[in-house]
Amino acid sequence: MEIPNSFLGYKRENGRAGTRNHVIILPVDDISNACAEAVANNIKGTIALPHSYGRLQFGADLELHFRTMIGTGKNPNVAAVIVIGIEPKWTKRIVDAISKTGKPVEGFSIEGVGDIDTIAKVSKKAQEFSMWASEKQREDCPMSDLWISVKCGESDTTSGLASNPTVGNLMEKLEPFGVHLCFGETSELTGAETVCAKRGKTTEAEQKFMKTWNSYNDFILKEATNDLSESQPTAGNIAGGLTTIEEKAFGNFQKIGNLKFIDVLEPAEEPTKGKGLYFMDTSSAAAECVTLQAAGGFNIHLFPTGQGNIIGNPIEPVIKLTANPLTAKTMSEHIDVDVSKILSRKMNLDQAGDELIKATIKVANGRLTCAEALGHKEFVMTKLYRSA
Amino acid sequence: MTGTDIIIHDKKDNVGVVVIEKIKPNQECNCWIMENDDSTKIQSKNEIPLGHKIAMTDLSEGDTIIKYGHDIGKVVKSIKKGEHVHVHNVKTKKW
Repeated sequence: MEIPNSFLGYKRENGRAGTRNHVIILPVDDISNACAEAVANNIKGTIALPHSYGRLQFGADLELHFRTMIGTGKNPNVAAVIVIGIEPKWTKRIVDAISKTGKPVEGFSIEGVGDIDTIAKVSKKAQEFSMWASEKQREDCPMSDLWISVKCGESDTTSGLASNPTVGNLMEKLEPFGVHLCFGETSELTGAETVCAKRGKTTEAEQKFMKTWNSYNDFILKEATNDLSESQPTAGNIAGGLTTIEEKAFGNFQKIGNLKFIDVLEPAEEPTKGKGLYFMDTSSAAAECVTLQAAGGFNIHLFPTGQGNIIGNPIEPVIKLTANPLTAKTMSEHIDVDVSKILSRKMNLDQAGDELIKATIKVANGRLTCAEALGHKEFVMTKLYRSA
Repeated sequence: MTGTDIIIHDKKDNVGVVVIEKIKPNQECNCWIMENDDSTKIQSKNEIPLGHKIAMTDLSEGDTIIKYGHDIGKVVKSIKKGEHVHVHNVKTKKW
């Protein structure tokens, strides 16, 4: 298949391009959710991103909160941002960082004003942003403007056999176009960690990966009451035939094809070493992982599933594929790309990779994903430890 | 060509994955080895559902299960060729 050189995206002020054109109402903290949701309800063409944290966090955990908030606002799938927090200081910190992209962003704080007057004030600004963003048109953007993140979920043995290798095939074909790529899931590489580390492009990347994985493993050994057998693999994984974390890890690892990764990113960190594949230190919980990757600046997501994970994200479209013929049949409304014919050998990996590339470009051009059509908007902050 | 019932990732693997809805006990199964595009046959001993593994050889307690050409765990209860391989007879080596 000849791969197109371009897709239709929204060009942003900082040179990036979006596959979506969202106006987001971003609450800094849990108690500002009500205001944000009221504004999004008032003003069409906006979405609120409610979440559970943002109060009394400190240290690395607070830094990660800010990085996730700021990265979400900076994501090129977002045209304009309204930030609402209880206090002005943290609100301003987020607004100032997002404004560096050049996109419209405005902050509001509730203390001393109350919800009702805040909602009125914010609604006026949100209306202005929404109508401004609605004028934006899609334009031809080079394929290198695609930043593709990947994460699998509710995996079974069909993931390792076919749907994850399909993603790997796409990566091998799109890497030469200069796209940015990202995989994560530190915990789910357990058992394949030394094999994965060897995929580092440099000794530095290799060592950084092992340091990240070791620090995760030390944490598990410290916190776990017995072991992870109850969570890794999950009950869904086991029902699908996966027996051990090692088996899951080698299946998971198929998603990067034969590529090597340039660098290891902190959760929600934006890559800065140019085009190519990155590993991001993330949880393997689907919504947490995709939220972090979106905050890292990725604008389209590929999600292979075995038993049928249904996740979506508010700003980064999530394309789902499965190779499990039962899942493709029983959960068809969640599956964008069915590659189950690989198992009956009526389709090979090369053909499946091409199908996935076609679907990716369609979605990049604006076609809704199943998760978008069904209203999945899981926005989940990663919390490193308890708040003060 | 008759249909494929079981797919084996790597020729070093001692397990295969069922890719039809289920295989019945004593079924003569067609296996495809992805790595070298080779074929083989095996007779099943148990009913095994889609996505679950079948032992391609006899395995004793303490043996290593190889899939993708890599170590994916240890045998904790001996397994006969053609039997279902899963959490009842295989455990992780990690914990």
